[in-house]
Amino acid sequence: MASAASVKSMSIGVGIATGLYGISFGALSVASGFDLLQTQLLSLLMFSGGSQFAFIGVFATGGMSAIGTAVASAWLLGIRNGFYAVRMAPVLDVAKGWRLVAAQLTIDESTGVSTAQSELPEQRSGFWITGISVFVFWNLATLLGALVGASLGDPKVLGLDAAAAAAFLGLLWPRLSQSQSLVVAVGSMIVACALTPWLPPGMPILLAGVVAVVVGAFNIFKPKEVAA
Amino acid sequence: MNLTTVVVLASIAVYSWKLIGYLVPQNVLKHPGVSRTAGLLTVALLAALLAVQGFTSGKNVEFDERVPALVVAGLLLSFRTPFIVVVLTAAAVTAALRYLN
Repeated sequence: MASAASVKSMSIGVGIATGLYGISFGALSVASGFDLLQTQLLSLLMFSGGSQFAFIGVFATGGMSAIGTAVASAWLLGIRNGFYAVRMAPVLDVAKGWRLVAAQLTIDESTGVSTAQSELPEQRSGFWITGISVFVFWNLATLLGALVGASLGDPKVLGLDAAAAAAFLGLLWPRLSQSQSLVVAVGSMIVACALTPWLPPGMPILLAGVVAVVVGAFNIFKPKEVAA
Repeated sequence: MNLTTVVVLASIAVYSWKLIGYLVPQNVLKHPGVSRTAGLLTVALLAALLAVQGFTSGKNVEFDERVPALVVAGLLLSFRTPFIVVVLTAAAVTAALRYLN
């Protein structure tokens, strides 16, 4: 149903829409204490919104003493990209060198647009065009946000701490469609808040991940299924 | 270790998952329990980051001007408002409430 032209416009549309919130990443990164180069490196090299926001967010709460947990949070949030890669590998079927490029572009949006297509050529072009446009717009927007952020005043007066929280809510929102994920989300929020007074910055976030492991491994609170 | 080095190392760590996905045999990560847990892990970490960023200050749990901003953000998200608008509105609501206080 989807023609080559419509896949192209959909991919670029997703690229622009996603890229735009790179502005908020750039501004928050600078407000969290990263310089322009470090901020841009995160968008060029890490290139995964959730991991990038996690990395700067944990660093903002604890500075260099929380750097280990900042890296661990970013790393663990990147796991899902590995699962996207497993799904994309047979679709893209590219040579070894190109796999390195495809890997970097394997994120929520490129996988999302690709898997929404019914035919193989559109699945491939959807992945590449979305991946490349998100990469380009995300990096340009990061630069813009970092430049704007550097000229802003006190992050708290401007409500940038609330902006960072809203960014996590925005990343979380589309994943809350099932009751199981809702239970995990609420459980992790309670665990993270309850542990914050007792543990070094970042640790409550990592330990909240245990909620997911317990619920996932035992498959509790699973959506109702029709008996086979 | 300086911060720029950590940024690069952390990026390599995040990239490693992406690459592993293309290199492992197809059936390894297909186990339903493994992929379910990985999906839930993303939810758990994002929710915990939201909680710490939204409801704590230093070592204290604190419900302040960020809470109404998050309620507004949730409402906007339920109307499928673009991400950037949600983030900016949240900042504006909090900034306005802090200014009034």
